[in-house]
Amino acid sequence: MDAFNAVFTPDNINYIMRGFWMTIRVAFVSIIFSIAIGTVLGIVRSYGNFILRKLAGFYIELFRNTPNLLWVFVCFIAAPFPTAFGRACCAYVLFTSAMMAEIVRGGLNSIPKGQFEAAASQGFTLASTLWYIVIPQCFRRIIPTMMSQVITVVKDTSFLAQVAIGELLFNTKDLMAKLPVYTGEAIGFPEVALLFGFAMLLYFLLNFTLSCIMRYIQRRNNAATNQHTNG
Amino acid sequence: MFLLQQVFELWRWQDLLASWPRFATAFLNTLEIAVLALTLSLFLGVMFGLMSTSHNLPLRIITRIYVEFFQNTPLAIQVFFVYYALPYAGIVLNEITIGILCVGIYTGAYMSEVVRAGIGSIPKGQFEAAASQGFTYIQTMLLIILPQTVKIILPPLVNQMVNLIKNTSIVAMIAGMDLMYRANAWATNGYMSYGPSYLLCGVLYFAICFPLSTWARGYEEKLKRRDSQTSKELEKIEEVVA
Repeated sequence: MDAFNAVFTPDNINYIMRGFWMTIRVAFVSIIFSIAIGTVLGIVRSYGNFILRKLAGFYIELFRNTPNLLWVFVCFIAAPFPTAFGRACCAYVLFTSAMMAEIVRGGLNSIPKGQFEAAASQGFTLASTLWYIVIPQCFRRIIPTMMSQVITVVKDTSFLAQVAIGELLFNTKDLMAKLPVYTGEAIGFPEVALLFGFAMLLYFLLNFTLSCIMRYIQRRNNAATNQHTNG
Repeated sequence: MFLLQQVFELWRWQDLLASWPRFATAFLNTLEIAVLALTLSLFLGVMFGLMSTSHNLPLRIITRIYVEFFQNTPLAIQVFFVYYALPYAGIVLNEITIGILCVGIYTGAYMSEVVRAGIGSIPKGQFEAAASQGFTYIQTMLLIILPQTVKIILPPLVNQMVNLIKNTSIVAMIAGMDLMYRANAWATNGYMSYGPSYLLCGVLYFAICFPLSTWARGYEEKLKRRDSQTSKELEKIEEVVA
């Protein structure tokens, strides 16, 4: 109980929650931009002209095959953004947009060729075929896969602890170092375990909620497909 | 943009070349962590994958807890917990061991989902046929079901392998003497040559991951072209583990 009281003072909880809020902000901004850029890249990779296709392919392969942590370091030093927040988001957008592009490409590939032929026979241009016919179907299919990538982004924001951005993991670690100063006593395993356990619980609650949403969409999609094929 | 500028300064590369043994050791450490973690994760993946498809409820609950916990909390915080918190309980491990254990157990959760989905893709009739011939559960799995799933789960397994290799870089966060750590530390302690050292680091990771992910995609597309049934199963597996 002493350990509990020492760790969970209002100030400490407030500090951890500020970190959690930072985690959510970085993840949210990164995901929005990644999905937008990734969708464009995925479409270009599949339907662009030769040069654009190769360029998009190069970008996707480059970021898919190198660690995200490397890009956090690189962006933190060199990205042309004035704030640490901007540089952090830049790292995740670079990396995740490549992953999203690959997911979108997979979704586009799964659309039967007949759809394009049918659209062409009705006088649709490629752009309007994509916009009105292919992309809506593609997104419905790939949303569960995208959601699990979203969870990955939330988890990967913990890399920012390494570049001293006050997100959840950094604040937790920081608090661990400061706790003996606050309480005036040496800390032991119970305090540290409570501290890390609390941070893990926060990450878990956020990600588990996301994965429950993902499964719900998956079940609804499957039900819709089954109904379609049976009926 | 000064990183790019540094890449074109010859003396920085000469400096880097002079300390190549340290990079070589770091690269070997990364490989060591990756190979041992991969072994551990495959073992855990098959074990928990089998447990999750068994008819024993407690076993299924255990696998669910394992998978949900490790898929929904960051690897970095697990590593930090082992590195910072366990010493208070008297458990002190060296950084590379921590890397192998944490990365292995973390990826094991993903591998087990792949194995579970693979087993789920085998028609029920096979299990019934095996049971009618007097095969036990373990025999059915090892002799009949798993060999058939290998073909279909290979691409997602290799994709997880690529993720595992990229995730070994997290060991750098606890000064684990791996490639990422060395690239960072070498530049910080020397002439701030971040450009060349990050480039080398990226190229080395790329050199291991690119062949693997390219092979996985090629093989997957070949499988999908061959029959539409496999294609559907693969899509299902991909939804479980992106």
